[in-house]
Amino acid sequence: MSATTEVSVSLAELRENQPRFQGFVGGHRACVGCGQALAARLVTESAGPDVAVANATGCLEVFSTAWPDSAWRVPWLHSLFENAGAIASGMEAAFKARGQSTKVLAFAGDGGTFDIGFQSLSGMIERNHNVLYVCYDNEAYMNTGVQRSSSTPHAASTTTSPAGRERLGKRHMKKDILQIVAAHHMPYAATASVAYPSDLRKKVRRAMEIEGSTFLLVHSPCPLGWRHDGAKSIEVARLAVTTGLVPIIELERGALTGSMPIREQRPVVDYLRAQGRFQHLFADSAEAREELEHIQALADYNIERYSLRGTGADARDTEGADTVSRGGVRWA
Amino acid sequence: MRQALEGSQAIARAVALCRPNVVSAYPITPQTHIVENIAKLVADGELKCEYVSVESEHSAASVALGAAAAGARAYTASASQGILLMCEVLYDIAGLRIPMVLTCANRAVSAPLSIWNDHQDSMAVRDAGWIQLFCADNQEAVDTTIQAFRITQDTDLPVMVCVDGFTLTHTLEPIDLPTQDQVDDFLPPFVFARALDPRKPLSIGTLATPEWFTEARHSHHGAVLAASDAIVAADRDWQQLSGRGCGGLLQVDGPEDARIGILCMGSVVGTLQDAREAMPALPSARIIRLRSFRPFPAQALREACSGLDQVVVLERALSPGATGIVGAEVRAALYGVANAPRVQNVAAGLGGRDMPLTLYAQLIELAQAAATTDFAILDVELDKLPAEDRYPEAAVAAVSGDRS
Repeated sequence: MSATTEVSVSLAELRENQPRFQGFVGGHRACVGCGQALAARLVTESAGPDVAVANATGCLEVFSTAWPDSAWRVPWLHSLFENAGAIASGMEAAFKARGQSTKVLAFAGDGGTFDIGFQSLSGMIERNHNVLYVCYDNEAYMNTGVQRSSSTPHAASTTTSPAGRERLGKRHMKKDILQIVAAHHMPYAATASVAYPSDLRKKVRRAMEIEGSTFLLVHSPCPLGWRHDGAKSIEVARLAVTTGLVPIIELERGALTGSMPIREQRPVVDYLRAQGRFQHLFADSAEAREELEHIQALADYNIERYSLRGTGADARDTEGADTVSRGGVRWA
Repeated sequence: MRQALEGSQAIARAVALCRPNVVSAYPITPQTHIVENIAKLVADGELKCEYVSVESEHSAASVALGAAAAGARAYTASASQGILLMCEVLYDIAGLRIPMVLTCANRAVSAPLSIWNDHQDSMAVRDAGWIQLFCADNQEAVDTTIQAFRITQDTDLPVMVCVDGFTLTHTLEPIDLPTQDQVDDFLPPFVFARALDPRKPLSIGTLATPEWFTEARHSHHGAVLAASDAIVAADRDWQQLSGRGCGGLLQVDGPEDARIGILCMGSVVGTLQDAREAMPALPSARIIRLRSFRPFPAQALREACSGLDQVVVLERALSPGATGIVGAEVRAALYGVANAPRVQNVAAGLGGRDMPLTLYAQLIELAQAAATTDFAILDVELDKLPAEDRYPEAAVAAVSGDRS
């Protein structure tokens, strides 16, 4: 089924107004504080009007539509859960065959990217289709009610990796999807966070300029699944970055070409304590304490690995990026 | 101009004549020669299209879906496990009313592994909401492929062109390939009214609540039923242009006063026709070949069966624990019809088992038997099986009681 929205202005006019172009508008049914809804708005307004979206099954697809309503002002196609990469490939091939410049965006959650959609994503980037693939990573199958995915961080409690007397949440590590994607000789693969909208916008525009497959992994809090107040989404997302658990980096052809420096590293407990999914790690037990140390070690490892420790003023660091977004170079 | 072509090569050339914009390809026996031949046409510059070599059949169907939704004439081909891996995408393509064409080089489904011909693969997706057309020979595969591109854009329904794996795909036959001008006259440029376009943004594939799902299914069902007209019209127009028709929804041949009918699909029709000619001592049966399985031509079938006392439905697949699939549908179509023939239902040629001319004699014998065969598989050699796996009561030798 399809719903239509009439747009009376020309594409050229829309492009001129691009910073204010809105491809994903209000009226959808996302939860209060949904990181994915915010991220999708930021991505579509930065990508501009001359795009078409292939959307995997998931929260974004469900809350943005329900016939006869739609929150999309760009052409949008939802097919299935695991084929966003292939649908986007086909759309791109069609535009290419017809000499149309429209850029294809693929949107999927972590389930649709790290797990069930991984094969079609790999195929798409191996063939280097001119598609920007955006994974809205909320670290579990939220649409079906918070089940663990291969993106769920170690020790997080979900409904299929619950904390209990014998288990401290998920036993396995979060899959390093960015490096796996980058290993496909990827022109551009980057992480971003909804807590840093200027950085996210810049990365979308950078990816849009590249002819070929590009990948953005956007860390997007889910208040329902992470169990925090919806009003705290940005604060929680920011802590994920400033602790070092979610490194904000750019990889071009596999090489590190950009990173967001952390000026003041926060201890991981600040991030973990803010979320219900990690509360079992604060039990008075040796195992819980060991897990906390383990997670701190993971954060420290990220910081060493990507040289994230920032010194001095840097407009792009975890403190500065915030200032920039409130300052005069907002759209830079 | 008639030339000797392998079935797959002829189908590839027919696809190229239809000027597809996007072809997605994944190899599987016995379909592979089709996409290989298309790849060569692209490599040699004889076909300008985006040829996308995907990493699975699931993606082959998905690429075609995305391409067609973005306004491209799209094509892919598969068989057997590939069709089953595509299954959920096939449902999605049809439900979204996406026009595209797929060739199914019919092959058995695992397990046990068999690369040879039967119809279980396309039967497994008969409820996906596609148009399914079965071809009698390679000339018809060429003509039906071209017609399929016209039918799909006339109906916004995807079309599966079913050709018997190996029997057709790997067989050289004299083929009359139409000219590019003929095909261009027959097939207008592809236009998809709901194509994804930033100037007219549509949301395709939205969630449908219980308030809407029933209506979506209803209109899809109605569209597949109504597609009969488009199938007949395409065949008629193609016949006017090329001099060759494929029978529309179904083909009937044999003496008008025949009392025995044999109903089949696909290339076995040629074997049965030859056998009928070769065995003049046997009753001359009316041979009914379903070309369109979806939509199911119930009315045309009733007319085709009129005057018959017996119909033997010979099929190439089954629903284990029930009966044949075509047989059950034929029985349903004839139910309550005055003077309807008795329906005998058998499967043969499973997993590539040879179907010799003597098959005709077996079917005639079955039609003349007093006992009604709800369903049985022909040519089971029970002595190959251990005693506990023989189930003689399910074999054609020991059929159910006479219900007449």
